[in-house]
Amino acid sequence: MKNPEGIKTGRRFYGHGIPRVKCADLAGKLIVVEGADGSGRSTQIARLVDWLETSGHATVQVGLKRSTLVSKELEEAQGGNILSRTTFSLFYATDFADQLDNIILPALKAGFIVLADRYIYTLMARDLVRGMDETWLKNLYGIALEPDAVFYLSVEPQELVQRNLSKSATLDYWESGMDLGLSRDMFDSFVKYQTAMQGAFRKLQKTYGFTIVDANRPVGSITKELRKKIRALLAEE
Amino acid sequence: MKTFAELNFPGRLIAVEGLDGSGKSTQIYLLKRWLEAEGIKVYFSEWNSSELVKSATSKGKKRELLTPTTFSLIHATDFADRYERHLLPLLRAGYIVLCDRYAFTAFARDTVRGCPPEWVRGLYSFAALPDITFFFKTDLEVSLTRILEGRPKLKFFEAGMDLRLSTDPYESFRIFQGRILEQYVAMTDEFKFVVVDANENVEKQQVLFRKLVSEKIDLKKFKRRSPLPLPPAIQPENKTQEIEGDMAAA
Repeated sequence: MKNPEGIKTGRRFYGHGIPRVKCADLAGKLIVVEGADGSGRSTQIARLVDWLETSGHATVQVGLKRSTLVSKELEEAQGGNILSRTTFSLFYATDFADQLDNIILPALKAGFIVLADRYIYTLMARDLVRGMDETWLKNLYGIALEPDAVFYLSVEPQELVQRNLSKSATLDYWESGMDLGLSRDMFDSFVKYQTAMQGAFRKLQKTYGFTIVDANRPVGSITKELRKKIRALLAEE
Repeated sequence: MKTFAELNFPGRLIAVEGLDGSGKSTQIYLLKRWLEAEGIKVYFSEWNSSELVKSATSKGKKRELLTPTTFSLIHATDFADRYERHLLPLLRAGYIVLCDRYAFTAFARDTVRGCPPEWVRGLYSFAALPDITFFFKTDLEVSLTRILEGRPKLKFFEAGMDLRLSTDPYESFRIFQGRILEQYVAMTDEFKFVVVDANENVEKQQVLFRKLVSEKIDLKKFKRRSPLPLPPAIQPENKTQEIEGDMAAA
């Protein structure tokens, strides 16, 4: 989306944004893939990177808990399960902001395609399910840049259980929402938690308008759909 | 935002704010010693001291990796950790909690670093207001002299070098502190800071400080039922560290 002067329009931060960063300088594309563990996010991103790079686009990948600043500490905190909710939330926001400031924004300035393996929506959905205040969260993530496209890979909770179990024969503590005490049974807790997460995503979808992709389908057909949508996005230039 | 008293907490929170070199850390330490001697349930919490977040903060500072946004968020994380794990339970248990710096430090510093004030305030909106906030107000030159007298090696963020105000750390520190002071002054009425003239000598300030605290808080309500033995005084070398610790928080 460029006007005749070549200045990007429509690019915006959700809220106050980042001090001293001008949207007009951000020439690249930010593409987000959201979805639960087992929704096929990483597989799809790997395929998109292959395709984009073969077609001559430079790409950069970011994701949750990948910042230089706090990823190690965040991992430790999760292991010990000793942080309270607001603290966790802010810690994750720090991890996100570090990647936004130091990877996403510079890469966009340089005209790269940034692929984000989850973005603020997962973080917000997790917090919403845990009863955090929505207004508080919106202010917090007012630093985030609105992506050019967000694909939410939606998979039925029952199918997610099957995929997670066939992959690692166990369910992850956090992805099962065990900290919420929904059920002492991990299987039950997983299904309840993922159902609640989908509810939170549907709610967020109304505000943030991302594309819901039916990811109960085979890998290949999902890739096809994603490529088609991204191709259209790149053709807008 | 309401105070802990307004929220019917049995405990009370007293915060001190001011520039580095305003002497607030010394004053709150002496207040703590007095309250302990009076047999009062008291807890002291320092800015930027949560064990968990500390390693990330010091890494970020050492590598000069922090941006205004991550600087702000990592300090908010530290605050939230102390708030949820220590301050809230202690205030529920009827403690007098003493805080060397509170959210106002972030309001002042992060705003000077260019973060939008409404955003920073929103971050800290989960926290109640202190029951009393003392602003140790010095003339800029007085606090600068106290800090800079020994020509200490100023750290990058402490001197506000990330703001590119000057290539000279001392000059940068001066400008940075001046701007923070302006922010404190601007917040004074809004948050009903009790202003203490921190140009006065230590003893005079402490007499006034104790008087103001006992006027505003009915201290005898916060006595321990069974008195604890008095903790030992902090040795001189440890005290130096404490002041350095405060400097490092900048």
